[in-house]
Amino acid sequence: MHPDRILDGVIAGVRDYGNRMGIPTVCGTVIRHPGYTANPLVFAGCIGEIPRDCVDKETMPGDHIVAIGGRTGRDGIHGATFSSEALHEESETLDAASVQIGDPITEKKVLDVMMIARDQRLYSATTDCGAGGFSSAVGEMGEECGADVELAAAPLKYPGLSYWEIWISEAQERMVFSIPPKHLDAFQAICDEHEVECCVLGKFTDDHMLRLTWHGEEVANMPMEFLHGGVPQPLREATWVRPDALETPWPQLDGDAIGDLLLKVLGHPQVATKEWVVRQYDHEVQGGTVVKPYQGETGHAPGDGTVIQPTPARPEGVALGCGIAPRPSELDPYAGTACAIDEAMRNVVAAGGNPDRCAILDNFCWGDCRKPDRFGSLVLAAEACLDVALAYGTPFVSGKDSLNNEYRVGDEEKAIPPTLLCTAMAVVKDCAKAMDVPARRAGNRLALIGNTTPDGGGSVASDLLGLTHSNVPHPDLEQAPMIFRSIYAARNAGELAACHDLSEGGLGVAAAEMLFGTTSLGIDLDLAAVSCTSTNHAARLFSEGPTRFLVEVPNDQATAFEKRFAHLPFQWVGSVTDSASLLIRSGDLPLASFNIPTLLQANGTSV
Amino acid sequence: MKPRVLQLFAAGVNCDRELRFAFESAGATVTEMHIRALMKTPTALRDFDVFAIPGGFTYGDDLGAGRILALEVEKFLGAELAEFHDRGGTVFGPCNGFQIMVKAGLLPALPDMKVSLTWNDTHHFECRWTRLKVEDSIQHILPAGMILPAPSAHAEGKLVLGNPEADLARLEAEGCIAFRYCDASGQSTDAFPDCPNGSIGAIAGLVSKSGRILGLMPHPERNLSRLHLPDRGAGAWGDGTEGLQFFRGLLDRYLG
Repeated sequence: MHPDRILDGVIAGVRDYGNRMGIPTVCGTVIRHPGYTANPLVFAGCIGEIPRDCVDKETMPGDHIVAIGGRTGRDGIHGATFSSEALHEESETLDAASVQIGDPITEKKVLDVMMIARDQRLYSATTDCGAGGFSSAVGEMGEECGADVELAAAPLKYPGLSYWEIWISEAQERMVFSIPPKHLDAFQAICDEHEVECCVLGKFTDDHMLRLTWHGEEVANMPMEFLHGGVPQPLREATWVRPDALETPWPQLDGDAIGDLLLKVLGHPQVATKEWVVRQYDHEVQGGTVVKPYQGETGHAPGDGTVIQPTPARPEGVALGCGIAPRPSELDPYAGTACAIDEAMRNVVAAGGNPDRCAILDNFCWGDCRKPDRFGSLVLAAEACLDVALAYGTPFVSGKDSLNNEYRVGDEEKAIPPTLLCTAMAVVKDCAKAMDVPARRAGNRLALIGNTTPDGGGSVASDLLGLTHSNVPHPDLEQAPMIFRSIYAARNAGELAACHDLSEGGLGVAAAEMLFGTTSLGIDLDLAAVSCTSTNHAARLFSEGPTRFLVEVPNDQATAFEKRFAHLPFQWVGSVTDSASLLIRSGDLPLASFNIPTLLQANGTSV
Repeated sequence: MKPRVLQLFAAGVNCDRELRFAFESAGATVTEMHIRALMKTPTALRDFDVFAIPGGFTYGDDLGAGRILALEVEKFLGAELAEFHDRGGTVFGPCNGFQIMVKAGLLPALPDMKVSLTWNDTHHFECRWTRLKVEDSIQHILPAGMILPAPSAHAEGKLVLGNPEADLARLEAEGCIAFRYCDASGQSTDAFPDCPNGSIGAIAGLVSKSGRILGLMPHPERNLSRLHLPDRGAGAWGDGTEGLQFFRGLLDRYLG
């Protein structure tokens, strides 16, 4: 199947499920890389709000084990096993039963019931049926006490399932609850009104045993301790051959060639607009999306982070951002992973999030880690996660992994590029102080925050120029958190009118994207002002070093801004104009000039 | 006394939060009732001034957007809703609520006219900000000619008519067109993207001859503050007060 067909299916899946659930789909991107051709990855995540006193859940012995929602069927049996196996020519036909069939309205009803029952404090714990189905849900909830389960009590989609299939089916839209006997009737009544099926599977016990019966006959009986702690921990070998350090051989390009390359970078699949995807998702539902994924008067400017205001009567919001860097990670898993985390942080900070009240998540997708080289890159990535999280003061609060992402071509087994998706979420104290990308006002000054390294390994421009191997930039772990904090403080003091982080495509793309939300404003950008050890124009315009931001500063705030950033690297690199175009020059030498429609068209937006 | 709003809930309703907040911000009290409960006691409507059907994907929009809930509303609430309207009640629905009202025959409620909502010209869901021009027929709610900015978020929002030309003329003559999609200058248009769906006559919303049954595809309840606007209040999308002005206008007759 062509990747475009798979992409269409993925978009339709997110659209049809997310829109029906009424959950705003606000963040995301699409990465194209030959290494995913036979093994595409899809990441989906969700955050919610919860009353503080509901956070701790404790399964109580004597509570009923109650399952609600969809019925159990053969769909999704061995789903977890399938998703962790190498793909091959016959996967499509052999593993069809491993794919679950979603039904968003059943899920929405389950959610409605859960929220009402939670607000009435009717259950003491709950877990979804993810990988492993009932086996993992009941197994996890009963870990500290024990559980008796009668598998024949589960409602089935159709007869004929054996008890082991019921136990491990990964059929969707099922939740398991621990419900004190005195609340069971009230819980049942809510399910009835919302037409949600509900059944009692058994009881949580205090004997620390997991016992399964099938029509009264015992079919499993084992200690919880064995179930959770009995897995032997294997020792594995990890190797990594560090590629030779190599300065990026940026070519000397004249003005025309620089302009040409900028348009090509804007059209590279990694940079090209994803607005056509985002507009198919309801990112406004619930009425709390106050910094949107596509921004500005025209709605064409791609945002960095998005901000949700969960309760309209209160000023607080939460900023969300993601970072992913498979191209750099291929060359240098440590630096690439650090850059991905830095990108997620940049995105929430650029949206107005507080870097000191920020949490992050990791999502590892790797090859077969029984092979030493795959495992070697995983170890380096994990070390980067540790170092960056400690340096930035951002706790990893959750995460997930999917290994064995390999595919066979003849006798050769190929792994996907090492892929770490980092999600950051930060508190926004006042949504009115959140920030977005579009340029605001002609006459305002533009500052580039951060130093620009000429290391272009894994960058979009290096991909287009065919520069396959060279150094990957590293974030400066001491300086980066200070930059994040100063940006947050500057915004709250009114010193910043707009902010865009530099990511794929570098400075040129960031400047162009700040104009995508407007029809009348322009930018005058001077490469000579950029702080970079290389004088090469391409290095300054297209390198993708981390922890850099292009910010718009109102004239009357310039002094305050300079004072705040006195001990941090920043350069005045230009200004917002009323020319409706992007002018790039180096001192007095004009390099390229494009009007907004030309830039938008290069980026894939029809004007 | 504050205006009393009864807000319907059903499987797949998902714009209940913002609609409730809009009504409450405009000065109403909001009571929510599940369709199962209301089907059992339709007389509950008698205690309310406004009956509102929020947006969402009721029953997954299987069989067509809003179709199944429309059948339930028509069959189980139809008689009580007619009395409710005769007593001076208002029925309002954005998005899926509008689709339900049209398919239940509440809008435009002109005899011998076939009206429905079908797939957008783009054949998929579209989430984008749109501008709505207020027509003369709802001057009791908003000033005619005013532009109400509101996000559209729907897949089946294209209004279609059995006899396109004759029916469109009749809708105009009877004063049943409430809102039309328009461009930034206020010129009504059925061209994408100002009109996200290709609706006939650029129609975004309909109103009954009484002026008290009103529905529209876009979501004015998602425009309640400057921060909701795509340009965060820079001016191209109004100043963030228009949505609340609409809800105040809707409740005006019940505000003491």
